[in-house]
Amino acid sequence: MNFTNNYEVALNGIKANKMRSSLTMLGIIIGVAAVIIMISVGQGASKRISDQISSMGSNLLMIYSGSSGGPVRGASGSVNSLTLDDAEAIGKLNLVANSVPELSTSGNIQYGNQTWTSTVDGTTPKMQGIKQWTLSSGSYFSEEDVTNVSMVAVIGSTVAENLFSSGTDPVGQKITINKLAFTVVGVLNSKGAAMMGQDQDDMIYVPITTVQLRMVGSKYVRTINVQAESENSMSYVQSNVEELLRERHRISDTETDDFNVRNLTSVLETMEETSSTMTMLLASVAAVSLLVGGIGIMNIMLVSVTERTREIGLRMAVGATGSNIRNQFLVESLVLCLAGGVVGILTGVGGAKLISKFAGWTTYVTMYSILLSAGFSAAIGVFFGYYPAKKASSMDPIEALRFEK
Amino acid sequence: MSGKTAILMEDIKKIYHMGETQIFALRGISLNIQEGEMVAIMGSSGSGKSTLLNLIGCLDRPTEGTYYLDGENVSDLDKDQLAAIRNKRLGFVFQGFNLLGRVSVTANVQLPLVYAGTGKKEMEDRVKEALEWVGLSKYINHYPSQMSGGQQQRVAIARALVNNPALILADEPTGALDSRTSIEIISVIQRLNIEKGITVVMVTHEREIAHYCRRLINLKDGRVISDAPVLEHRDAAGDLAALPVEVEAVS
Repeated sequence: MNFTNNYEVALNGIKANKMRSSLTMLGIIIGVAAVIIMISVGQGASKRISDQISSMGSNLLMIYSGSSGGPVRGASGSVNSLTLDDAEAIGKLNLVANSVPELSTSGNIQYGNQTWTSTVDGTTPKMQGIKQWTLSSGSYFSEEDVTNVSMVAVIGSTVAENLFSSGTDPVGQKITINKLAFTVVGVLNSKGAAMMGQDQDDMIYVPITTVQLRMVGSKYVRTINVQAESENSMSYVQSNVEELLRERHRISDTETDDFNVRNLTSVLETMEETSSTMTMLLASVAAVSLLVGGIGIMNIMLVSVTERTREIGLRMAVGATGSNIRNQFLVESLVLCLAGGVVGILTGVGGAKLISKFAGWTTYVTMYSILLSAGFSAAIGVFFGYYPAKKASSMDPIEALRFEK
Repeated sequence: MSGKTAILMEDIKKIYHMGETQIFALRGISLNIQEGEMVAIMGSSGSGKSTLLNLIGCLDRPTEGTYYLDGENVSDLDKDQLAAIRNKRLGFVFQGFNLLGRVSVTANVQLPLVYAGTGKKEMEDRVKEALEWVGLSKYINHYPSQMSGGQQQRVAIARALVNNPALILADEPTGALDSRTSIEIISVIQRLNIEKGITVVMVTHEREIAHYCRRLINLKDGRVISDAPVLEHRDAAGDLAALPVEVEAVS
């Protein structure tokens, strides 16, 4: 009696009761599919978060002007300390790819009889490269526009939708921002909501010099975005930037910085931790349904053993040992679970695809979740099949042969 | 007959415990059955005939006493060893046929060989041979549910002889069959005994059926009360030929 025989016998047992076998498998199918879908939703969420953060730049440092000194210290940004020259100097440091100053203000935008209130962000063209923005029409403003303090604007898709009727191409149109006339030169593709829910598309980008000179009347900038050449050089760049700024701002060793340097790594870590906790939570809920499926297997196997008592007796009479009988039922439950597992994996992968298609959630099916649930369903087959199989194998052949249904 | 001892039982006792009470199923049975014998065991219900057959068939172990099968003491073997003996040396025929309804005739007949680990080719040959011997070679791919009672019992006989056993045990083999079919089945069993030289031990409660055996053992209350050769021995094949021919012969 080898495995092939056991397998054939088990397959016959399963085929003989198609309805019951498929209902039993359904428990495992649902369990496995749920585990895969839940993990894929969780993994998808965490992948989306990390993608989003890396699209914001995992190699990005943000320098904010610092808090005011003295006995009563103000909030971050309460003093203006950063200038365009600071940004330029940082840009010349080693391993710094880009250095982009930013100064924003709010603006009332008007086009024809449509008005809209949005954030007006003054930057340089390098911002587009750092943030990996793409344009749906037109182009980003140029370095020349920055030098010339041009009245040009690149608008986010939300702004475009709210100001312009669907037929109109905003590029080339004149709009007013805080009663100043601007020409729209480009429209950005939609970027969706940011992590915290802000609408990233409700923005207008103009040359920083225009904001400084025409709108705010300040020589300072609020933020400098520094892009390191790689993630690995972040700490090196960060310490160099701090050193440079202290030198430029003439801050002695005893004084506190008038600027803050932040990077996104810590944000990334927190977000990933949150999402992996969510994944675990979802997966454990799904695992419960897998467990219930396993108990279903045990239930059916017990019924099957009782129902086939005479068969067991006969098999023993013609020479089956206890372990032959045990293996027969173990293989049967293993086959049920594995078949259920395979169908469950297919259903799960398909379900994950459907969810991302219809619910619009990012799902991400990992090999790990497939292997996990396949292994789990095999383990369930053995674990929940063992007790009924053991029961079958310890039957007394005489009693079993005499058993009346 | 070769004159070798097939079954030797010495003062076999079987006691069942039912809670506080003890039930003496067998109260000391000594038996000597030679190879090639065809023995009927009779007795009213509760006489211990089934218990005796189960012991002879190595399905159970005696509480006391020694049982030699082909000269080997099998009274103290464990479950797996008994299973191996049943598999290699014994064949069973039951009243209720005990065929597996969900699998084909072939799969039913090859069952003992599956547990013996016989190779595929040899298994096929032996199943074919056994089915041919009981006259069912056309039914290889049928299912038991498509067959008459007599045919099903023949499948069971084929299953019992497929592993070339030395001893076949029949527990009321005709109990579920009409009289004509009963004689047919008995004639197959007689052929087994005569042509193949297989020792047959049969439990029956029908005296007519016992007359087809050579020796009759009567049990009562767990003891042998008579053990004698059958004087009016009958030949089943001859009886069958003498019966009026039915329009639809069952075979």
